[in-house]
Amino acid sequence: MIASQPTPLEPLHRELGARLTDFAGWSLPLSFAGTLAEHRQVREACGLFDVSHMAQFALRGPGAAAALGRLLPLRPAALKPGRGRYSVMCAADGGIIDDLIVSCDGASDYHVVSNASRAAAVASHAAAAIGPDCEWTRLENRALLALQGPRAAAVCAGLFPAAAELGFMGSAWLEHAGKPVRVMRCGYTGEDGFEFSVAGAQAVPLARALLAAEACAPAGLGARDVLRLEAGLCLYGQDLDERTSICAAGLQWLVPPALRAEPAFIGAERFAAENEHGCPERLVGLVLEGRTPARAGAPVQLDGEEVGKVTSGCFSPNLGQPIALARLASERIDPAASYAAVVRGRELPCRLRELPFVPHRYFSQKSVSAK
Amino acid sequence: MSEPTKWYTQEHEWMYEAGVGVWRIGITDFAQQELGDAVMIELPAVNREVKAGEACAVIESVKTASDVFAPIAGLVVAVNNRLEAAPELVNQSPEDQGWLFEIRANEAVQPKADFMDLETYQASLDA
Repeated sequence: MIASQPTPLEPLHRELGARLTDFAGWSLPLSFAGTLAEHRQVREACGLFDVSHMAQFALRGPGAAAALGRLLPLRPAALKPGRGRYSVMCAADGGIIDDLIVSCDGASDYHVVSNASRAAAVASHAAAAIGPDCEWTRLENRALLALQGPRAAAVCAGLFPAAAELGFMGSAWLEHAGKPVRVMRCGYTGEDGFEFSVAGAQAVPLARALLAAEACAPAGLGARDVLRLEAGLCLYGQDLDERTSICAAGLQWLVPPALRAEPAFIGAERFAAENEHGCPERLVGLVLEGRTPARAGAPVQLDGEEVGKVTSGCFSPNLGQPIALARLASERIDPAASYAAVVRGRELPCRLRELPFVPHRYFSQKSVSAK
Repeated sequence: MSEPTKWYTQEHEWMYEAGVGVWRIGITDFAQQELGDAVMIELPAVNREVKAGEACAVIESVKTASDVFAPIAGLVVAVNNRLEAAPELVNQSPEDQGWLFEIRANEAVQPKADFMDLETYQASLDA
């Protein structure tokens, strides 16, 4: 067995008594105080996650914008400096290689954050697809911290007053202790929050400074998984894989309307066809009766017949019920129907539920001006 | 009254003789830490006949589902009904209030031969 790679925050995790686990080849905290306590911390105050395993890339050069328009279903001209968005990278057959966050740091300068498990696939696809007039580079020895929760803005403002100016998916280069920190207002929990990209050596001092705030406590991957599922957000390797298309993932919304008539990105043919005629399977949300969760792989039945499988499932502390994402045959998707998820031979009644399970509370300018 | 002697299994369960031939069973503190927060516990039906090593309860935690095994053959004579409303007892008090079920053994139990005492169990965790 290959030893897991430590992140720059590992010494702090040990000091804080984290239970560590291997995730995509990285040693990361599974929990500190306990998954349910950390979940509550993030929903009610704020939690700090180490997400340094995520792969960070730069796409730079005169041809960067044109390359981005080939790699991702977006209009590079619409992605202004300081703005970012969630997107997916597709293969030529329209299957999703990875889901990622891309943002514009300046003219011909883009920052991309992809999943750790997909870093190699993303890098090789990008290298093959871009022209000679730009460069796709992995940013090594960087840490990524995610501060999430309704108190995140207040905690962040203590260190980065300028971050208050950021809108949802906005980013800026700011400073902590005289060193540059890339701050982006985004996250994976459905709450308001920020992600901080810093040089590895700066990670522990920054984390300590954030954790010094009374409203902030460390949180692990266990809570992160429950929070993202409640927020209806996909996890690559479970809800998404190379066979899943944009439409099958229910991610049509991330293809800008202006692009739908003449999509230029790699994999666009499948998107155009499925957007017009539908696709055979779709990802849906399910809420189960009782308290037994249906985990990934559990069959989903309708009228005694298997119509799909659960891709992610957990007990939702917010709802007090088990929730799941499931891939179902499109023709068997019926919001009024009673489905059953099969767990240990028992048929657990469940129904479709529109995503997200727990409403998003991302920062919006409107909510500020309304106050 | 002295504490009854507890015996431990390799599956990280404890058991002690709560009445004549009746053994109370639960999971160890180590096991509950590994599982994480329990959200639902499926207990066996009372009067169910179980074989030694048979999976007869399931603990669903925020992380995963784990089987609990009958360490001895016999009849399930009681289950901890408090766990239905309060599965967290398994985390808060795994070796006392979070007990799972009781089995009336079919044959005399030979704990020294088949199970570990506390010291041996602790040593197995440190190994």
